[in-house]
Parts: sequence; C-alpha cells; structure tokens
Amino acid sequence: MLGRSGVHMLMALPLLGLVGQWAVAIVTADPRAAGLSAEPIAYSINTLGLWALRSLLLTLAITPLRRATGWGWLAPLRRPIGLWCFAYATLHLSVYFGLNLLGSLEELAKEIAKHPFILFGMAAWALVLPLALTSTRASIRRLGAKRWQTLHRLIYGAAVLAAVHFILRVKGFQIEPWIYAAVAALLVLARVVKLSPLSRR
Amino acid sequence: MLIRSRSPHDLTESDTTPEALYWNRRTVVAGMLAAGLVPQAVGAVQAAEVNSPLPRLAGKRTRTLDEEWTSYDSVTHYNNFYEFGTGKEDPAERAGTLRTRPWTVRIDGLVAKPQTIDIDRLTKLFPLEERIYRLRCVEGWSMVIPWTGLPLAKLLALAEPLGSAKFVAFETLRDPRQMPGQRSPVLQWPYVEGVRLDEAMHPLTLLALGLYGRVLPNQNGAPVRLVVPWKYGFKSIKSIVRIRLTDRQPPTSWNLSAPNEYGFYSNVNPEVDHPRWSQARERRIGDWLPRKTLPYNGYGEEVAALYRGMNLRRYF
Repeated sequence: MLGRSGVHMLMALPLLGLVGQWAVAIVTADPRAAGLSAEPIAYSINTLGLWALRSLLLTLAITPLRRATGWGWLAPLRRPIGLWCFAYATLHLSVYFGLNLLGSLEELAKEIAKHPFILFGMAAWALVLPLALTSTRASIRRLGAKRWQTLHRLIYGAAVLAAVHFILRVKGFQIEPWIYAAVAALLVLARVVKLSPLSRR
Repeated sequence: MLIRSRSPHDLTESDTTPEALYWNRRTVVAGMLAAGLVPQAVGAVQAAEVNSPLPRLAGKRTRTLDEEWTSYDSVTHYNNFYEFGTGKEDPAERAGTLRTRPWTVRIDGLVAKPQTIDIDRLTKLFPLEERIYRLRCVEGWSMVIPWTGLPLAKLLALAEPLGSAKFVAFETLRDPRQMPGQRSPVLQWPYVEGVRLDEAMHPLTLLALGLYGRVLPNQNGAPVRLVVPWKYGFKSIKSIVRIRLTDRQPPTSWNLSAPNEYGFYSNVNPEVDHPRWSQARERRIGDWLPRKTLPYNGYGEEVAALYRGMNLRRYF
C-alpha cells in the first residue's frame, strides 16, 4: 500500500530525472548524450508539460478507482498527486515564460491573445492555481466542505483544457494527444455518471 | 537598375547575433570553462573533420557564413523526417532501412528533354559546391549547416524547361517498407513539395547530396534533397525521386495537411506568425537563449525581389 511519502517520491522521479539530465548535460556540454535532445529547453518544456497532464489524469483517476476497487487507502493520495500536477504545470509554464519568452509579460500577453494553443494551456494552469492554494485542511474549514468541493470541480475543466492544449501542440495527425484526451474524457464521464456499480453500495 | 557595392555574401550588421545574446552565450560558456564544467571548447571550432563512416563528398566552398556551425551530431540527430517517425531522433534511429543505391531521379513534365538520372551520375554532372546556409524550421528552431551539392538551376537547364513551365514539383520516395513512417496517417504520402520556377532557378537554391563534407546521412534526406535556405525547412524536401515542371501551382504536403498553417510560399517571415506560435524568434541549436528571426532567414537582399508587390500575409 502506497503512502503519502511514497507518492511524493514517485511523483518527484520525473523531475529528479530531468534535473539529473541537466547536470550531466552541463558537465559534458552534450545535452543529447544526456537524453535532453539537441534542444534541451524545448525538451524540458515538453517533458514538464507531459507530466503535468499525466498527474492531472492520475488525480482524476483516484476516486473512480477507489470506488471500483473499494481500496480506501487510495483516498489520501489524491491531494499530493494534485499538488505535483500543479508543480509540474508551474515549472512547465515558468521554463516557457523565462526561456522562450525571456520573461517578457508583454510577449506573454501577446501570445495568449494571438494563439489559442497558448490560451488553452494558460487557462488550464489558471484553473489549477486556486486548487493548489486551497489544498490545506484549513482551507476546507474556511470555505466549508460544500463550497470547497464545488471549487475543486475546476479540475475537470483543467483536464479538458490541458488535453486540447496538447492536441493543438502537435503537427499533422498524431495519435498520442488524442489518447490523453480520450482518457481525460473517460474520467470526466466516470465522475458524471458514476460508472462503477460498487459506488451504489 | 540594381547597384550593389558589396557582395551579397557579406553579412550586414543586422545579420549578426544581437550583442546582448552574443555576450550572454559567450559569458555562459566562458563561465563554464572557468568552472571546469566544459571539457572542450564548446562552439569554438568549425571542424570539417567529423567522425562518420559515410564516404567523403568534397565540394569547393562557394559560400561562407560568419556564424557558428551546428554540430554534426545535432544536424544528424535532430530531424523532422516523418517517413521515419514523428520524434526528432526517430529518423537517426530508424532511417537505416532506406536504400539509397540504386536510386534515380526522374525529371519530366514541361521540359524539352525529360530524363531519368542515376544518383551516381548526378554526383558527377557538375562540380560540387560547399555552401554554409542557415536552416530555419517552422517549429522555431534553427541550425547552420555546411551543405555539399549543386545549384538546382544547372540540373533544370539540362532538361530544358519549356516556356509554359511556371512551377517545379518535387516528390519523395514512397515505399512503406523502406519508410515505415508512411504507414502512419500523420501526412498524405508520398511527401510532395513545390516552388515557383524562378525560385527553383535562383542561385541560392541547392540540390544537396552531402553535408559536413560527407554524403548525406539517410536521416537528412539521402541521397538527394532540396535546400531552399530562405524558406521554412519543410519546403526542403528529402530523398527526391521525381522533379516535374508544371504550369500550375503544385500541391504541397503540409499545405494539404493544414492549409491555414502552412502556405505554398512559406518564406521565413518574423512578421507573420504561425497560427499556433510566434515566428519572431528562433532557438539556434547549441545556444541557450533564443535570437531574433531575420526576414527571409537573412537572405532578403538576394531573394526579396522575387516577391516584390506581393502581399506576404496573404501569400504566407
């Protein structure tokens, strides 16, 4: 049974991997040999974005999985995974903003206004931000369980926006982003219709 | 009358890396050197000598560029060649299945002398030249590559284009056994490209047979590819089997896939964004920070006249 610290360790692995690759790339001056491709910054942005989306879907999967299996130990894992989703999304955005746009807010505003692909990504991040800020028990008490839960339904919107962001990212017809979109759609649906028969017990 | 007081090969002030970026990169590298982080001088040398098992292919250097060459390793391991997969390193991994001998290029359509030219003959038809060109990908990254090849104009002249010819259409090999990526619906196959006849005849337009003084690696479009340095990279079609002269604008692969994103002309233009991202800057492979993209990829002085009076937002 996986505990909370186990989750943190697992979810940190992709980030630690990336940091390790950067360390090797800087020491050897050979980003490709370090596994970062010839474009280490683009590779890092892509990797961080992918893990943001993966952890988002994982967060959404916890409750249906718990209902289907009856494994109660899954419940406390949702919050740490959700926080990792926010961490990856924030790093993803920061590297893009800092290194691709050289930290120019004016350029960021232009990019958001002109390119739906960027708008969808930014909107997804804007939806997970309040969830990360209200992730503490104290916040639940302050907001009241009902209101807190309503607020946290924003995660479904974020999943849809992030999936569209990924679809818009690729050139030509590529299957990978559609697989993520299908998983996202399934998880949203699972929550809407409560597919699992066990949930009625 | 056009009066030019200096050779078009000369770079202007605006062609060079902005000083801030220049110092930035040098400072980073110098700092890393000082800290003992970099074993060899990164980016100092432009060694023509590369570690490659491929046969040498010499050419007289007829065009230089005062910018650092992209490393052979990056040039040959960061490729968009969807015939071998959509990942950047897929072509280097998978293009071994491509057989480049025997290989012929068919030249036909509106020409007086249609012909099929064997690749080994093509290599010997004209003296080969080495030219250092920038390559700007529509995705926003760029390289500097020493190509070996011949001006396309020389080859086309051999076939004697008819007066009615207005465009040149190119076609890549279609063979899913050799090019497994063609089993994917990512694009329509075979890959096709095209340029106007005057663009094809422009002295900058090159048919490349090699790079870094060696024959082309398969992943870079062996045995023969187009290089049009003022257009986005996807116009420079790889592994060409057919060149056809026509009187109407030929279909082109990326334009068929997404007509609102990839125009027929696809001249490098920092003013006209791709619908999904800005084209104002580019990430030069090997650099840490992006640099400004130049109109026509820095070749404006030589090619802008081809598009005089055209609305470049409409004909993007």
